[in-house]
Amino acid sequence: MVTGKGGTGKTSVAAALALGLAAGGRRTLLVEVEGRQGIAQLFGTDPLPYEERHLTEARGGGEVRALAVDAEEALLEYLDMFYKLGAAGRALRKLGAIDFATTIAPGLRDVLLTGKVKEATTRTSGQRRVYDAVVLDAPPTGRIGRFLNVTAETARLAKVGPIKTQSDGVAALLRSPMAAVHVVTLLEEMPVQETVDAIAELTQLGFPIGRVIVNGARPPVPTGRAVTSAELKRGLAAADLPTDARTVAALAGEARDQQVRRELEDSLRADLVELGLPLTELPLLPEGVDRAGLETLAETLVRAD
Amino acid sequence: MPSEDAAPPLDVDQILADPGVRIVVCCGAGGVGKTTTAAALALRAAERHGRRTVVLTIDPARRLAQSLGLTELDNTPRQVKGIDVEESGGELHAMMLDMKRTFDDVVLQHTDPAKAAEIFANPFYQAMSSTFAGTQEYMAMEKLGQLHARGEWDLIVVDTPPSRSALDFLDAPARLSRFLDGRMLRLLLAPARTGGRSMFSFVTAGFGMFSKAVQKIIGAQLLTDLSGFVAALDSMFGGFRQRAEQTYRILQARETAFLLVAAPEPDAVREAAYFAGRLREEHMPLAGLVLNRVHRPAVPDLSAADSLAAAARLEHAGGHEGTVEVLRAHAALAQQAVREQRVAARFTEAFPAVPAVSVTAQPADVHDVDGLRTIGEAISRR
Repeated sequence: MVTGKGGTGKTSVAAALALGLAAGGRRTLLVEVEGRQGIAQLFGTDPLPYEERHLTEARGGGEVRALAVDAEEALLEYLDMFYKLGAAGRALRKLGAIDFATTIAPGLRDVLLTGKVKEATTRTSGQRRVYDAVVLDAPPTGRIGRFLNVTAETARLAKVGPIKTQSDGVAALLRSPMAAVHVVTLLEEMPVQETVDAIAELTQLGFPIGRVIVNGARPPVPTGRAVTSAELKRGLAAADLPTDARTVAALAGEARDQQVRRELEDSLRADLVELGLPLTELPLLPEGVDRAGLETLAETLVRAD
Repeated sequence: MPSEDAAPPLDVDQILADPGVRIVVCCGAGGVGKTTTAAALALRAAERHGRRTVVLTIDPARRLAQSLGLTELDNTPRQVKGIDVEESGGELHAMMLDMKRTFDDVVLQHTDPAKAAEIFANPFYQAMSSTFAGTQEYMAMEKLGQLHARGEWDLIVVDTPPSRSALDFLDAPARLSRFLDGRMLRLLLAPARTGGRSMFSFVTAGFGMFSKAVQKIIGAQLLTDLSGFVAALDSMFGGFRQRAEQTYRILQARETAFLLVAAPEPDAVREAAYFAGRLREEHMPLAGLVLNRVHRPAVPDLSAADSLAAAARLEHAGGHEGTVEVLRAHAALAQQAVREQRVAARFTEAFPAVPAVSVTAQPADVHDVDGLRTIGEAISRR
């Protein structure tokens, strides 16, 4: 499960993880649950249906499949399994009844979503699991605790019945050694704060935390002595660049801002180290997250494991 | 930068000073500095334009909240002290949204205390008021409606919730009011009462089965609670819907100005473009785009390539380590600026008429009034 504050690139990290884990002839499933079609946008494909689809090949003959779980579809599937609704189910959906049912019971929606993840994770074909790994592009840090803590949410409403059984099964899997929550952050104040808060919350709820993943990281720079204007002027002259006062001052200003930013990043990095969890830094991809970039991230993630 | 050349410049001061503008809504993807932008605009409206301003924040960073004196989440506007309003005569008030409390207030307003107590005790209400998808969006709008109705402020600046999709915020009132409208609830609870020949009769059989299925899945106790909840809320449905519609109309009025907030990142820009299209469809007044966290090299004439080449030459010659570092930093900045312009152009190409302003990235995060003032200056830079 991959979470993180909005804007930290958790979808890219989840995709890279699915790619990395599929390398060498394995098969993984990349799942999204928020209807954002983030996977399709990332890979430049048509919107994903509620159906496991081949997404891409991984290095060494592996395969990544993708699935966009939709709570309404999952409910229909669930009802169909038990009650054989057929055409009546579709009619109900037209009426908005399904949307209604997934909103009246907060938590029901989340159980359906995580239940689908559980089903895919534990599905077998013959003696073998269908997927070597399932990677969930989970909701952001602000909602991850509530999303995963399905038992508590449904227990408030359903004391017995199939939903209770279902949520107990999901809860057991999500807290088992088979599962891990990775938290993606940037070296910026808000994402780091939310990372620290989410890890505290998830730990308290008993979910196994995997690693903290710093996305778009620049390597720490040795805090060198700031260059003086005179030195800079001499250097620019030696490089045949303009040495007027304005240029020198402007370049020195850029370097100073950069230094402030780097020092802030270093202190945020120290906050993350203090969590005592495995920390992986993914390089900033100057050209954005294209396929080659995803492979770079995938390799870094798998190497870290 | 080209994206600004393409778009007309956004004059934020003109909006903030205009007595006809009573509401500024800041919207956009999460993580683009929406809350900071809202707070900076509100501060500027009070300090520079002498307006009695209130800023409604949804989920501010702790230190930013503290800088505004928001140490507790008490759902009422508090005056922000220690700001520079002596000359202008303005005021700044700030509040943090308490979703549940706002919902409670709505219930209290529409019913008598005994019935309200009954509703509050219902487990379904408890679950819904704190976790219902869309409640936060709806309550933000409700609070905006309340603040507007009190007429105490010249200007209300609203920060919008970090929605999964920017649309939730516009759709939430309609969704919640549709839900509370209760047609589906009533159908579910008592299909027999709707009469055999209702418009739903063609699925009555399916519906009975559905109702039974839901009962099996979520349990009879829940349906009993739900039934009690619906009965208690019954008298309030009209009120809920009316309020949602009222707020919707306020958002369409000329007194409102929507500001899209984005950062030059693909996701944020895509979200902004989507929202711009949606606002146009809904006839809501889009005033402009605030593009935050833009990187701008201070020496634009020195390209990244030239800077890197010079750094390589110097390194080869030796003896100018400090300058080499400065030149490499400049090259990285120049490259980033080019990338950002490319991303931002996706918005301006799609919406060439929407005024835009770029705000230079701050070296450090903002969490005091001075920092907000600096941001305010940067947004208003003409």
